Amino acid sequence: MSAPNKSYDPVEVEALKPEEIERMRDEALAAFEAAADLDALTHAKTAHTGPTSPLSLANREIGALPPQAKAEAGKRVGMARGAVNKALAARLAVLEAERDERVLVEEAVDVTLPYDRVPAGARHPLTTFMERVADVFVAMGYEVAEGPEVEAEWFNFDALNFVPDHPARQMQDTFFVQGADGKKTDESGVVLRTHTSPVQARALLERREPPVYVVCPGRVYRTDELDATHTPVFHQIELLAVDEGLTMADLKGTLDHMVQALFGEGVKTRLRPHYFPFTEPSAEMDMVCYVCRGESVGNPDRPCRTCGSEGWIELGGCGMVNPKVLTACGVDPEKYSGFAFGFGIERMLMFRHNVEDMRDMVEGDVRFTRPFGMEI
Amino acid sequence: MRVPLSWLREYVDLPATETGRDVQAKLVSAGLEVETVEQTGGGIKGPLVVGQVLTIEELEGFKKPIRFCTVDVGSANGTGEPQEIVCGARNFAVGDKVVVVLPGAVLPGDFAIAARKTYGKTSHGMICSGDELGMGDDGTHGIIVLPPEYEPGTDAIELLELVDEVLDIAVTPDRGYALSMRGIARETATAYGLPLRDPALLDVPAPNSYGYPVKISDPQGCDRFTARTVTGLDPEARSPIWMQRRLQKAGMRPISLAVDITNYVMLELGQPLHAYDRSRVQGTIGVRRAEQGEKFTTLDGAKRVLDAEDLVITDDRGPIGLAGVMGGANTEVADVEIDAETGEAKGTTELVIEAAHFDALTIARASRRHKLSSEASKRFERGVDPEAGPAAVQRTVDLLVLLAGGTAEAGVTEVIAPSAPRTISMGADHPDRVAGVAYGRETVVRRLQEVGCDVYGTDELVVTVPSWRPDLAFPNDLAEEVIRLEGYENLPSTLPTPPSGRGLTERQRLQRRIGRALAGAGYVEALNYPFVGDAAFDQLQLAADDDRRRTVKLVNPLADTEPALRTTLLPGLLGALRRNDGRGSHDLALFETGLVFLPSGEETKAVRLPVDRRPTDEQIAELNASLPAQPRHAAVVLAGAREQAGWWGKGRPATWADAVESARALAREAGAELLVAAAANAPWHPGRCAALSVVVDGEAKVIGYAGELHPRVIKAMNLPERTCAMELDLDVLEQAGQGALVAPRISTFPVATQDVALVVDADIPNVVVEGWLRKGAGELLEDIRLFDVYTGEQLGEGKKSLAYALRFRAADRTLTVEEASAARDAAVALAAEHTGAVLRGA
Repeated sequence: MSAPNKSYDPVEVEALKPEEIERMRDEALAAFEAAADLDALTHAKTAHTGPTSPLSLANREIGALPPQAKAEAGKRVGMARGAVNKALAARLAVLEAERDERVLVEEAVDVTLPYDRVPAGARHPLTTFMERVADVFVAMGYEVAEGPEVEAEWFNFDALNFVPDHPARQMQDTFFVQGADGKKTDESGVVLRTHTSPVQARALLERREPPVYVVCPGRVYRTDELDATHTPVFHQIELLAVDEGLTMADLKGTLDHMVQALFGEGVKTRLRPHYFPFTEPSAEMDMVCYVCRGESVGNPDRPCRTCGSEGWIELGGCGMVNPKVLTACGVDPEKYSGFAFGFGIERMLMFRHNVEDMRDMVEGDVRFTRPFGMEI
Repeated sequence: MRVPLSWLREYVDLPATETGRDVQAKLVSAGLEVETVEQTGGGIKGPLVVGQVLTIEELEGFKKPIRFCTVDVGSANGTGEPQEIVCGARNFAVGDKVVVVLPGAVLPGDFAIAARKTYGKTSHGMICSGDELGMGDDGTHGIIVLPPEYEPGTDAIELLELVDEVLDIAVTPDRGYALSMRGIARETATAYGLPLRDPALLDVPAPNSYGYPVKISDPQGCDRFTARTVTGLDPEARSPIWMQRRLQKAGMRPISLAVDITNYVMLELGQPLHAYDRSRVQGTIGVRRAEQGEKFTTLDGAKRVLDAEDLVITDDRGPIGLAGVMGGANTEVADVEIDAETGEAKGTTELVIEAAHFDALTIARASRRHKLSSEASKRFERGVDPEAGPAAVQRTVDLLVLLAGGTAEAGVTEVIAPSAPRTISMGADHPDRVAGVAYGRETVVRRLQEVGCDVYGTDELVVTVPSWRPDLAFPNDLAEEVIRLEGYENLPSTLPTPPSGRGLTERQRLQRRIGRALAGAGYVEALNYPFVGDAAFDQLQLAADDDRRRTVKLVNPLADTEPALRTTLLPGLLGALRRNDGRGSHDLALFETGLVFLPSGEETKAVRLPVDRRPTDEQIAELNASLPAQPRHAAVVLAGAREQAGWWGKGRPATWADAVESARALAREAGAELLVAAAANAPWHPGRCAALSVVVDGEAKVIGYAGELHPRVIKAMNLPERTCAMELDLDVLEQAGQGALVAPRISTFPVATQDVALVVDADIPNVVVEGWLRKGAGELLEDIRLFDVYTGEQLGEGKKSLAYALRFRAADRTLTVEEASAARDAAVALAAEHTGAVLRGA
């Protein structure tokens, strides 16, 4: 590089002439514009902004100018280089965007491909439906109570006012358990529970003093052969409320609340007098068919498969807890009253989800269970 | 109970427009379960008339005998000429009165009648059987031969009461009175607010000392016995059509006049009756308990060996009836026999009529003991009106006199054990308090009176219940009567306010979590029956003394091959796996949680505790000790691909490792630390079986096993190859949960990673090596992970290389390379010391 030369005439330096600088700038801009891809731009960048490019060389010459000329030349070169760099950046951005677009197009995939690497699992709808029903009551303050499936007859029958040899005891087809002596008689006093109602007695005995508000979901057993509408092993959910001043109107309101929570607003229930040993008064409970809302009754043009055009669906039994049951469980029937109800989960699932054959709920075929997922 | 609407109208003046469906709705809301309303004679259209057979010509040359008849149908055919009819039945003769359907008529089932050519003749109508008229088959398949008194041409639709509606009512065990027309009529009258014509209100002569002798030796078993004698009966007398038709509609078959009358009165009044052929009864009629082993033949011809608890009716020779259940063959009313020479009819001409009241429990037991359920036993079990006997006998006697030309003897026997009317004290507002409705005293009293009660008192009512309602014994029973008659449908709907609940228990939450975790991992829940037999245990290759063979057994299993309850979930779950596989689903992951039943053999005999007070805690504990342990288990089974092949690459078969991992998933949900160790336990492959343990109260407990099933089990059960399974005790797993988690402290300083590969003997388990590494690495170790297992020739026979990635981090500073290396070296050194591990490549 030349040393500063105070007597140097800038006009004499050819490379720093304004028209020369302009030319260099314009050549650079044209080269960038002409670069068709990033490689060409890299070449053009080296040629027009690299250390040996005309503008860089011209910049170097500035130092040799007399001080009075430096400022003007510096400004001229600086502006030219600024314009070149700006044009380079702009062209680079354009070319990079073009490249990215091309690459992303090349990387495109078929997003409709399946990915069933580990197929989804599922819980059984009987399980999840029992939970759903229980949750309705848990939200009201009830607790979930449980009991054994191999149960003492006292809990299954006696405490519930099924006196020995009462015909009601025969209504239920009971599996009897052999005693330790191995005798094949029904005298061991132990059975497979025929309903979830023994949990009523257990809940009262365990909690000792009302108020008691519990639901008891569980598995129960009766000696029916498996067919499209029967199964020897099935599920029930039981409700028991014992408190001061509970009435049948409270029972009715609780049932109404349950069916509306499970089947939608406006679904009504109906009670019909019935007989159960452990409730008095007793009733059977129906709910209005949630599909036809009763409109299929006497209307042959609009038959309803869900309720068989009856307009009502039978849910189960209920009533006011028989004071004898309270007495057997150590609760003072003069002070407390209660209500209870129970119904079959299979049956409810059958009409809620249009299950046509009981066996589908029993056999564990994954094609049946899988669509029910985690919750119901 | 089948109730013909036409019969019901005899006791209640129902509006003529009321249909069976209307009555059904009323009775259902009053608590009678009317299951169906049957339309009899639906669609029937005349002319259907009485005809008299004039001539019969036997037609020859056909496969079966055919008759060409001429029948006088009066003016019903418009001409008055004899009607020509071809008939295939043979149970009639010239002069008999029959039922004739004429062309233009329609029989039930849309069967239009027209003149047609058949067997070479033209048949202008048909002679009808009961079946064809929708009357039900009488068992003979023959045509109906009517009593001679009806004129030819009489309308038979009306005569035979063909068009009717029959309500079929399922009667609950507490309402014996509803097994009678009288009981149903009472409910109907109340439901409609109409008066009842009570058929039991008859003039009954006072008992006297010259009736048939009766001796009651067991007044507890039989507290009432009424007997009357009727003589001079015409053995040829037949039941009138109206009675036959009512019996048929009520579901009973007409048999003979005497039997039909007793059945008819039973249906009417609910009182079972028995008619003895007096000529066949010897001496005094008695009631006593049977002698153990005493033999007796019932009417159905069955020879029965009696139990000392059975109640029997006797004469001087011995039993003549199983009380309340069935009469004896030895005093049966005789069939009519016509003497071939004299033409004289021989048969029963004298009857002793019995109406007794037996103890419900005694009859229920006898009926069950002898597996013999009769119309009588059904009623006695549910409770018969103890005061209906005299009226029922009177009604029977009246009908015998009227229809069989008999004479009622003046003697009236009545044996009555003393009893007081039953009363219940009840607050007048009790029904209000039960229902949550203000009915008021007036309504309560009126409703109870409608039921048949006598009611006295103002605030405290004294209620005398009617004799036919033995089910009314407590205030709540009376409350039910009031509430049901006021209408259950009119109950308001209110919600009680329970105290705030605590939500689900930890155990209940865990159970839900486990289901979700397994389903989330691709398992599908199956709920299997718990019934098993020895075959299942044999297939699982369980040793003869395996605890799992000790089962709870059923007295009355559905299948003799599966008489026991499961002790493991695997038989059921593997059955479901095989079923799915057989149906074409081969890549399977199933799970189940449920109870297993583990008798200790120490179960006590279940005691029958009192029900009139709370049992003591000791009594409850003793009762619970009679039950087997019933822990909740969780199990999974796997077969086929765990990960499917696809466009992404190869699939991966389910292996022992998936089974073990499922247990780890459950332990994670339970917040328990799961210890895995090698084990050999049926039904698993001895080299691919892991024992699963947890620590509870400082003690390690094996809670289950996981791995691949033994090849012999797979073969014996016909399972897919390499089927894997896991089963563990959820109850113990839950106990091992460590409670509320202590949150980890997160360091934000950089991590230092170090990898080591250790060569050890092939039989040293990973958990052991990893455990020593972890211990040796000290506090700076954040995580350790096995990332490779290698065996190969360069390692030498019986060796394997385990490669671990160790991550170190300090809470308060950036670790230097030297610090991390020192920690790694310490880890390796401790592992080497205890397992003989050598750093690979060292």
